[in-house]
Amino acid sequence: MVSHDAHAHAAPQGFIRKWVFSLDHKVIGLQYFFLALAAVLTGMFLSLLMRIHLVWPNASLPFFGEIKPETYLSLLTMHGTIMVFFVLTTAPQGGFGNYFLPIQIGAPDMAFPVLNMLSFWTTFLGFLVLIAAFFVTGGAPLHGWTGYAPLSALPSAGPGEGLGADLWIISIAIFCIGALMGALNFITTTLDMRAKGMTLMRMPLTCWAWFITAILGLLAFGVLLSAGILLLMDRNLGTSFFVPLGTVNGVLTGHKGGSPLLWQHLFWFFGHPEVYIAILPAMGLCSQLLSVFSRKPIFGYKAMVYAILSIGFLGFMVWGHHMFMSGMSPYSAFAFSIMTMGIGVPSAIKTFNWLGTLWRGKIRFSSPMLFAIGFVSLFVVGGISGPFLAQPVLDIYLHETYFVIAHFHLIMGVASIFGIFAATYYWFPKMFGRMMNEPLAKAHFWLTFIGAYAIFMPMHYYGMAAGLRRYSQGTEVAWINALAPVQKFISIAAFVTIASQLIFVINLFWSMKKGEKAADNPWEATTLEWITATPPPHDNFGGVTPVVHNGPYEYSVPGTSKDFVMQTDAAVEAKH
Amino acid sequence: MGLALLVVIWLITLIGSYFIIAKTWWLPVGASAAAAGIDHHFTTTYILMGTVFIAAQLALGWFAWKYRDRGAGSKAAEYSHGNTKLEVVWTILTIILFVGLNLASKSIWASERFDAAKPGAVQVEVTGMQFAWYFRYAGPDGKFGATKPELEDASLGGAGALGLDTVDPASKDDVITGVMVVPVNREVEVILRSHDVIHSFFVPAMRFKQDAVPGLAIHMHFTPIQTGEFELACAELCGLGHYKMHGIVKVVSDEEFSQWLAAREAEKQ
Repeated sequence: MVSHDAHAHAAPQGFIRKWVFSLDHKVIGLQYFFLALAAVLTGMFLSLLMRIHLVWPNASLPFFGEIKPETYLSLLTMHGTIMVFFVLTTAPQGGFGNYFLPIQIGAPDMAFPVLNMLSFWTTFLGFLVLIAAFFVTGGAPLHGWTGYAPLSALPSAGPGEGLGADLWIISIAIFCIGALMGALNFITTTLDMRAKGMTLMRMPLTCWAWFITAILGLLAFGVLLSAGILLLMDRNLGTSFFVPLGTVNGVLTGHKGGSPLLWQHLFWFFGHPEVYIAILPAMGLCSQLLSVFSRKPIFGYKAMVYAILSIGFLGFMVWGHHMFMSGMSPYSAFAFSIMTMGIGVPSAIKTFNWLGTLWRGKIRFSSPMLFAIGFVSLFVVGGISGPFLAQPVLDIYLHETYFVIAHFHLIMGVASIFGIFAATYYWFPKMFGRMMNEPLAKAHFWLTFIGAYAIFMPMHYYGMAAGLRRYSQGTEVAWINALAPVQKFISIAAFVTIASQLIFVINLFWSMKKGEKAADNPWEATTLEWITATPPPHDNFGGVTPVVHNGPYEYSVPGTSKDFVMQTDAAVEAKH
Repeated sequence: MGLALLVVIWLITLIGSYFIIAKTWWLPVGASAAAAGIDHHFTTTYILMGTVFIAAQLALGWFAWKYRDRGAGSKAAEYSHGNTKLEVVWTILTIILFVGLNLASKSIWASERFDAAKPGAVQVEVTGMQFAWYFRYAGPDGKFGATKPELEDASLGGAGALGLDTVDPASKDDVITGVMVVPVNREVEVILRSHDVIHSFFVPAMRFKQDAVPGLAIHMHFTPIQTGEFELACAELCGLGHYKMHGIVKVVSDEEFSQWLAAREAEKQ
């Protein structure tokens, strides 16, 4: 154990040290949270433009004019990049993980507060560089968030592939550096800073999720960073890692000997674990919430921990399932597909255990719980479409269709976002000392839940009918043109769902100022963030170091007066 | 609130499943030898995964309503940390389901991708470039002439676009077209190439898709079993004209195919 005193630092007084270059993990967590909020609003706005363009390609929009096919591709590239990196990676881990991991394990701060500050400001810089790509000559890149070479490696391959593409790569490289620093901090903090009695198997599942996510990040972002640097060299220094002999428009590119598939291997070696980086924290949180609001211990705590571990482990062995049609060996494809079906097993275990937690519970339908139940429902749909795509025989047909879009948006996008919403409604009282408005929260849930299904369910059908993704217009290909009514329905559903997110934004800012004052433990939950003041003091526990005696999910213990036993209460573990 | 969840989740499940069962939007009728097997495996997967989907959603909605908090004084939640026996059972069942499903499709994948095209298959070289497809037949000599990147000039179309080296004697009888014509009931060996960026050759009716990667010549095969015109389209983001990079596979009788090819040869003379 590292001495806690070594990390204790006095509460800063000035505005700059307190709110801008803060070393306090709670402030840094909030900074990540608001960065992700700005990013998600940007990303959502881009998707709004895309949905308008898909249905009314010739519409002239105020400020934007007519959206051209290449602009559409820039929008989808930036939408994907912003959402994956600056929302799905930033909010659950950087935001809530930063704020609550140290508190939930009883630590006064992260292990390396300065590194923590640096990792936030690095990430912030990455975001600025990415947004800058919109404003340079040629605009943002059009190569998609996966940036497949040679399209991403050759400035002559299309508009946006000039300076815009360079900025895109630099932004991702900067993001990787920030994420690596963050990962080191999370791992060290979890291993070294736990309070007395907080054994690994007494950690809340949220902490397990953040811990394993950090390990995934440490192993994955390094590879993406390397790949990004190689791509930058191909573009600017005349190397040929990813570009073979070839021409664009009859003009020799000047490259030879590179392998386009090498980029895909490196990218997906990062890209697949990234899916779990996005979803694991949401899984951990929803496990937590299902237990809290069912007033029941989590079903199969150990199985849940082992499931997280095996998802993390197997997550590194399945990247080839993105490449079944790439020209990779069909034997590799089959091996990757077996591993991919294998990773479905721990995911299925988690679903069973979530249902098992609800079973014979006493469910309270507060807004965090609604989002947690919504998460399970969405996770099931996204999980069920996985085994279709994981089988190469079916992927021959489904690859690059909207079926894929439906699958990963539901599981990695919407389910993870439901985790973020649940986390916001659940922890807002602790972070801001006030409750969020519950009727608004419930309205937000119903509109978003039904809206998400209305958007993404039809995308499965569109994909089953071979509707292709990344098509700025469906008018050219007859069978895609025939699917236009489906696109129209999806766009209308998207407009309503996007508009209803305003309810969340209004609720968030209104409640910060005007929300009802929150009690220290409004949800009657057991983990350590609920034993401390609201909001927590600078050192989290006001000079006291908590001592832990119980597991994180002791609800409805027979023979106790309340229906929950705090982790710091006298031990009840002998009773079961 | 529990009842509302039950109703909404069940309704979503019902509506979502309806369009799958009714096949309102579905795969086009299969026109290749492999289509029947692939479609059969689709159905198997739909039945198994659909059952899991419906069961999980029904249970979720049902539990939300059944185990709602019925107010102070009602029965407390059950104090249970799980059931190891149950966990082992559903873990094993899931492994059997997922891995078994995949193994069941192995023979189709093997015949599609492990095995090379049989001798005597009709060879067609398919080349993708921003934003067009070209199809090349080797001609009577059975050999494709050499192509050179430095000779490529898309504005010339045909042989010029492919950078065909006219010095090479094998190139003399090569036929290059913008429409892919193939005979019915004979295996077609496709040799996929690309000049610039990655494209993907996708013919939904043939249940056929394969990326065309610059620097590689990828050999694949399929057997059309129905005559007619089938649309193909690019399925890998290749730039601003990606959405209009499409074409036609025309499947004709063996006889018509020979006549067509001979006529193209004659045109060259």
